[in-house]
Amino acid sequence: MDPKLDLLYRLADDQLILGHRNSEWNGLGPILEEDIAFSSMAQDKLGHSLQLYSLLHQLGEAEPDTVAFTRNAPQFHCCQLVELPIGEYDFSLTRHFLFDHAELLRFEALATSTYEPLAQVARKLRGELKYHVLHANTWMKRLGTATEEAIERMQRSLNFTLPYALGIFEKTDAEAEIISTGLFVGEDELRSRWLESITKVVAQTALEMPDVLSLAPVAGGRQGQHTEFLQPLLDEMAEVFRLDPTADW
Amino acid sequence: MYGSASTHDLPTTAATGLENEDPILLAEFEARIARGEKIEPNDWMPALYRKQLIRMIEQHAHSEIIGSLPEGTWITRAPGFRRKMAQMAKVQDEVGHAQLLYSAAETLGKTREQMLTDLINGKSKYSNVFNYPTPTWADSNVISWLIDAGAIVNQLANAKGSYGPYCRALDRICAEEAFHLKYGHDAVVHMATGTPIQRQMMQAALNRWWPAIMTFFGPSDKMSVHTEILMRWKVKMASNDECRNQFLDMYVPKIWEIGLTLPDPNLRKNEETGQWEFTEPDWEDFKRVINGDGPCNAERIAVRRAAEENGAWVRRALRTPKTQYVRPLA
Repeated sequence: MDPKLDLLYRLADDQLILGHRNSEWNGLGPILEEDIAFSSMAQDKLGHSLQLYSLLHQLGEAEPDTVAFTRNAPQFHCCQLVELPIGEYDFSLTRHFLFDHAELLRFEALATSTYEPLAQVARKLRGELKYHVLHANTWMKRLGTATEEAIERMQRSLNFTLPYALGIFEKTDAEAEIISTGLFVGEDELRSRWLESITKVVAQTALEMPDVLSLAPVAGGRQGQHTEFLQPLLDEMAEVFRLDPTADW
Repeated sequence: MYGSASTHDLPTTAATGLENEDPILLAEFEARIARGEKIEPNDWMPALYRKQLIRMIEQHAHSEIIGSLPEGTWITRAPGFRRKMAQMAKVQDEVGHAQLLYSAAETLGKTREQMLTDLINGKSKYSNVFNYPTPTWADSNVISWLIDAGAIVNQLANAKGSYGPYCRALDRICAEEAFHLKYGHDAVVHMATGTPIQRQMMQAALNRWWPAIMTFFGPSDKMSVHTEILMRWKVKMASNDECRNQFLDMYVPKIWEIGLTLPDPNLRKNEETGQWEFTEPDWEDFKRVINGDGPCNAERIAVRRAAEENGAWVRRALRTPKTQYVRPLA
């Protein structure tokens, strides 16, 4: 695949699917303020994915609605981390923490991409992502230093989620060209910046950071291999859209 | 969004407890209200006023979070980016309204935790319309347009009431509801003027929702008693029938204008009286549903209960020896 398309599909699909998942917290948050926060982040992520699908459309791909609402799981390039069900709050928070640290660093790096339209989008998105990271850090520190029960839950979620988070950095065949053409610094570089960034926050909690690089990443998502959870999510997302694809909803 | 259904049933006059209030303070309180002044949290107020307001604001808050559930289930299914983002923002607003309203009720001395506990134990109520199902996307559109429209009629009236924190919350809420109304109207118009499938979905949803919409403002004034003192204290600002008539006057023509029909052959405006005529809603059914036997009561409460139980560990974790409960001021 063209390196630009390859990169954009991964970014856009991650944002869309995690935005969709975060929106599922409506009515279910542990406090109302968290319902509202997850909804804000979901709206941001959906907006980010729309901007990235719009770039794809400029490069000749189908309209954003068609791309988002009519593909099936094997055509998606998101990492498996984002497609897992929301589970309990400790998992959703940990996923948000691990994912958004990577996204902030990714879009900071993309702000100087040689592909100027993407660099422009990145310069805008990184401002919003800072707030997502601020939110995640605040809660990680709060719950990660709170009751024994909270610390135990957060530790369990961190251990469970980290291998999936490593899947964010799964490389594709286009990786070498993406780096050599200056589109992006590359997944290895991003992973090392990410590890440094999350380690600093975890160090301020009572949580223990596992030896991350010794963990086996849960990969495959970037190649269209997904968990059993993605297709049902897509079926639900497209349930109305597919009733009448010619309609203007 | 909110309706006044079942909010105002007072105990009989004999049991209002007013005879135990200091007559001088009571007279001063009533004079302030008559002059159009707002009552603030630390001001003197009769116990009955406090009790009724807590009950009313609490029910309003519950209606916002329970009301976010039937529309919330359509966030994940909304067709296309534009609708998906708007639906999320709209439902998020409703949860934000609940947050504002719980704070307003807390100024009167009941904690949010206690209110939520009473909600899941069935001790306090919420707007009855949310006990009905939303089987299609069009049902969600009907709520966004017409239930929110009803709520605005109600809330604009109540925003002129006497309790300061509630009025200020309502002013902010009404501003946001006005956007919801535009969003809902836009979505309904797209459906009603769309493909045959869309038109059919919208008409079916409207037919399904109309009986519930007709009960949204609560029982007919003929049946609803004991509201005189609440009107004098500006707790209740317009009667159920007044609100219902205003709603019909504003929205029935708009519904007909986009080619939809309403499932009531008797619905017409009497030009002489200015009042709308309609088939009397089934108030027995209304009572049955509000008392717990509707199609979705159990489901709505079960979702709320699960959220409370699953999130309890987070709230426990936030409560440290250093933190203590602070009653909001406004």
